[in-house]
Amino acid sequence: MTLDLAALDQVLEAHRERPGGLLPALHDVQASFGCVPKEAVPRIAAAFNLSRAEVHGVVTYYHHFRQSPPGRHVIRLCQAEACQSMGAQALLDHARSALGVEPGQTTADGTVTLEVAYCLGLCASSPALLLDDDEAACVHGRVTPAAFDALVASLRTVGAASAPAAGTVEGSR
Amino acid sequence: MNAVATAAAGTPRRLYVPRDVAALAVGADTVATALAAGAKRRGVPVEIVRTGSRGLFWLEPLVECDGPAGRLGFGPVTPEAVESLLDAGLLEAGEGAVSHALALGPVEDLPYLRAQQRLTFARMGVVDPRSIADYAAHDGWTGLRRALALAPAEIVTEVLESGLRGRGGAAFPTGVKWQTVAQAPLRPAGSGPAPRRYVVCNADEGDSGTFSDRMVMEGDPFMLIEGMAIAGLAVGATQGYVYIRSEYPHAIATMTEAIRQATAAGWLGEDVGGSGRAFHLEVRKAAGSYVCGEETALLESLEGRRGLVRAKPPLPALVGLFGQPTLVNNVISFAAVPMILARGAAFYRDFGVGRSRGTLPFQLAGNVRRGGLVELAFGVTLRQLVEDFGGGTASGRPVKAVQVGGPLGAYLPPSQWDVPIDYEEYTAIGAVVGHGGIVVHDDTANLAGLARYAMEFCAIESCGKCTPCRIGSTRGVEVIDRIAASAQAHSRDGQVALLRDLCDTMLHGSLCAMGGMTPYPVLSALDHYPEDFGLPAAATGPAGAPAGARPEQTGARPGQTV
Repeated sequence: MTLDLAALDQVLEAHRERPGGLLPALHDVQASFGCVPKEAVPRIAAAFNLSRAEVHGVVTYYHHFRQSPPGRHVIRLCQAEACQSMGAQALLDHARSALGVEPGQTTADGTVTLEVAYCLGLCASSPALLLDDDEAACVHGRVTPAAFDALVASLRTVGAASAPAAGTVEGSR
Repeated sequence: MNAVATAAAGTPRRLYVPRDVAALAVGADTVATALAAGAKRRGVPVEIVRTGSRGLFWLEPLVECDGPAGRLGFGPVTPEAVESLLDAGLLEAGEGAVSHALALGPVEDLPYLRAQQRLTFARMGVVDPRSIADYAAHDGWTGLRRALALAPAEIVTEVLESGLRGRGGAAFPTGVKWQTVAQAPLRPAGSGPAPRRYVVCNADEGDSGTFSDRMVMEGDPFMLIEGMAIAGLAVGATQGYVYIRSEYPHAIATMTEAIRQATAAGWLGEDVGGSGRAFHLEVRKAAGSYVCGEETALLESLEGRRGLVRAKPPLPALVGLFGQPTLVNNVISFAAVPMILARGAAFYRDFGVGRSRGTLPFQLAGNVRRGGLVELAFGVTLRQLVEDFGGGTASGRPVKAVQVGGPLGAYLPPSQWDVPIDYEEYTAIGAVVGHGGIVVHDDTANLAGLARYAMEFCAIESCGKCTPCRIGSTRGVEVIDRIAASAQAHSRDGQVALLRDLCDTMLHGSLCAMGGMTPYPVLSALDHYPEDFGLPAAATGPAGAPAGARPEQTGARPGQTV
């Protein structure tokens, strides 16, 4: 991956003077590049006057940060107790076989990265999933295997640009 | 249906559709779009207000309209049902579509809501969370106005006398903590920012079965801002942070917008409410680490490091964020403060029992027919919550176990459901109230599997700083697997003894509640559901408090702090 250093520096510049600015910076790096690329770590370390090991430690400690880009969409299936009580484990099994991937992996066509989450705060609407991040984030509750399949099918046909209307952060503004 | 166009031009018919994610997750945005389109086709001007949720999640999307005496509710409204609702007269003034099959009547009269004592959640589902004017019109800023007229010590006294205890789970007296921070001297500047006190809101609501923090941030964010601003005045802090989990993108968006509006209106910033005192507030997005709900790990994360738990002492109240005195409270603790200031400490203290004063927003979750938010004074029983409010399981099968207080809370069998919910009463039976999350499991649940999950979750989320948690959790998974695989009773008994011993080590040797409380679900499952582990029912260990459990360890629990 060839890193756009100018773009990276611009992202870092906004945070380097903020107290505790490393996490916000990493969030913005991930928002810009889809992940926190390994090649970016030395530059981030320099910007915050940290060692590369320190930055690497932070990137790898937090589940949210990834070191390689995900598929066009990320589906996080909740596996915490409340969702377990409503069949979340069976739903994950279904997702595994329907997508042909394990959690952490991306489908061959690059559409979906499957991940697990531990609580989305939708514990009375279980089983629940979160699609994508930030402004494009979109929630689904009481998810059946059929609803999961329909969601994946819509992601495959709709393409990267437009997320489903239901439950997006933007959509409800 | 042009005849329905009774509303005069210029006075649009007002409809309310929640924007809480529990409503969005079941199609509220599509419903709102369909309502707007249907009204347009009929030529009726309509204003769709996006509120928070009332917390009656089995009725979501719950659409409301203004009725002759309060709001009328309709739910659960699917996008397909919108046309028939409009045909039935939803856009007509007055009673509207009151005869429609989805009509619920006056929302405030629904038994689920009527039976509650909504203090903190009084505005929930009523106001537009993105309108500071709506907040002001519903008693907003009353507490902060009063606080601005008081000396800092008088604010602290009010909170002390209210009896409020940390709602994140630790239940430490909030006023005592405020007093400690207020009196703590600033420390010499290190390499960090200039010395100042901080107010930090722990909105890292990681416990499964809890969503009250999320509802506040999505449905009544100005209440949290007001509570934090009052705290800032009380302890002399000029900077606040709201640390919100990355799994809550909608809450992050709403809080960010609310802070922008409150700053523009002068309730935050250099000159809070014209007092000349400063309080700045900023949202910080977490990054998916459960243990960062433990307050010292949270502070590490805010400082830009891995979320490793710090040893206590020193308390964060004395040496907290960037080494300075820091007040860390949960969302619900801060959210209770504006009302305590507005209506007085005695008003709040008059709710509750024993040393558990005020109300707790209980969250009914999991396999439950009527899941949602139930705010009640302490003293209610689990049976009342699960059976009367919840209506039993969603699956229709018998309830087998109820986990109270998140992933680190005990599983309670039916014999314990009549204990009044009160911090001390629950401690006495080896359970925790925690953040008020209640997860119901039906009789298909396997408690040995859930115990194994508790250990597995601890292994995944452990920060790794202390050995009992880091290693113990992995050994715990292995021992539970060996119990399941044991063919002979004597080898199984040996493994059970090993599991109890391991739990004892974790309880007493862990640095924080992550490892220190994981034994709660494990031991309660083992004690109350031995048959799920392949043990005879008679071979149960001592029921009640886990051997040697430290009550004070219910403090500093990850997922939620005080």
